[in-house]
Amino acid sequence: MERHIDQELKELNNEILKMGAYAEESIFKSVEALKNRDKELAKSVIDNDVNADRLELIIDEKCVDLIARYQPMAKDLRFITTGMKINAELERIADIAVDIAQRTLEIVDKPLLKPLVDIPKLAAIAQNIVKMSIDSFIKGDIELAKKVLASDSEADTLRNLIQKELIEDYMVKDGSTAPRAVQLLLIARFLERICDHATNIAEDVIYMVQAEVVKHHPEKL
Amino acid sequence: MAKIVTRNLDLWYGNFKALKGVNSAFEPNKITAIIGPSGCGKSTLLRVFNRMNDLIEGVRMTGEVLVDGENILNGNTDLVILRKKVGMVFQRPNPFPLSVYENIIFGEKIHGSSATRHKRDDIVEESLKSVLLWDELKDKLDKSALSLSLEQKQRLCIARLIAVKSDVVLMDEPCSTLDPQATARVEELMRELKNRYTIIIVTHNMQQAARVSDDTGFMLLGELVEFGNTHEIFTAPKDKRTEDYITGRYG
Repeated sequence: MERHIDQELKELNNEILKMGAYAEESIFKSVEALKNRDKELAKSVIDNDVNADRLELIIDEKCVDLIARYQPMAKDLRFITTGMKINAELERIADIAVDIAQRTLEIVDKPLLKPLVDIPKLAAIAQNIVKMSIDSFIKGDIELAKKVLASDSEADTLRNLIQKELIEDYMVKDGSTAPRAVQLLLIARFLERICDHATNIAEDVIYMVQAEVVKHHPEKL
Repeated sequence: MAKIVTRNLDLWYGNFKALKGVNSAFEPNKITAIIGPSGCGKSTLLRVFNRMNDLIEGVRMTGEVLVDGENILNGNTDLVILRKKVGMVFQRPNPFPLSVYENIIFGEKIHGSSATRHKRDDIVEESLKSVLLWDELKDKLDKSALSLSLEQKQRLCIARLIAVKSDVVLMDEPCSTLDPQATARVEELMRELKNRYTIIIVTHNMQQAARVSDDTGFMLLGELVEFGNTHEIFTAPKDKRTEDYITGRYG
């Protein structure tokens, strides 16, 4: 028997998927813009962010409306509250893509400090981890969510490596490289933050599916 | 120690088995809600606790029901004492066609107390204060209880239990005839009373169960399917049947 709320939950699910697609696309474009020094693409990431903002408000309102009108319980309640949190995480991811695009615009006209090797690697990890976290939500796949949590440390390690190299090999040795190095440092930091948001999504998915709070409880994994 | 415990409780109405192997424990100073679809046995279970089902012909019970550790299904249970200890509030408030004062003192009288008028005045005042009716009714104690509002009548029925010093208050859909504001006030009263009583409430209103209770039991077809902490039952029930019922999928 389909309940009245089922149709509404489906609609909410679709809106969240749309938000996920936006976030994924924004990261992809911002990283492409950085790698290819593509100003137009970077600008389009910044201009399109308004869509994610608008969608975030729509999803929030939908969640509050469902809680007010249906007083959902159990699985329904967990889906809606998790949906609200994932919505906020995805919106933050889209915002960070904008940050990356802005940093890209700062450096795009200046000579390349060094060939980009580790940053694209970190970007690939971030893209993959976001994709996995969204997939884990779509499929309610706990194993995939756990994989996301496990991949996060890889991103942390790589970020530390990039940071160390930029500071020790460039900024310390030649102060004039600092303005460009700082931009790259920030980009590495942003990419690592994206991974953190994806981890939050994965933790939320685990709660949604099996009602277990693993956030701040690493021993439960 | 749990105030009321049931062990392998079965109950038949003639050939119909209305309760099937119910194992449960009701803690003192807590509100426990029993939820489930119509006919699941929740009111039957409630009525076991003060042997109200005895009034129905053809009732048979096996298993154990312990109140303060004593099995009340034993032949030698004094029902008058049991019903004094385990009082009941019904769906429709049922004050006696007597004055407010006489309603409250009624139990005192039938339990053969020889309290003085002064002592009885104290009991009336204390009981009405406990249900927050004193200020409203202190000048109307001689008024017929039938003239009160529905909510006042329900509070009065609760005050009657307080007057005979019940330990357990059983409530069978106590708010189903009340409007939302009166319901909220009765729920507030329940929260205040739980410090002194064991409260067990049967309700069809799931939001009410979620709001007021500490523990919740879900019954289906005579079986106690799941029993536990209310927060867990309503956010993460363990049994699929509970989940289906509370999310409106049952049926």
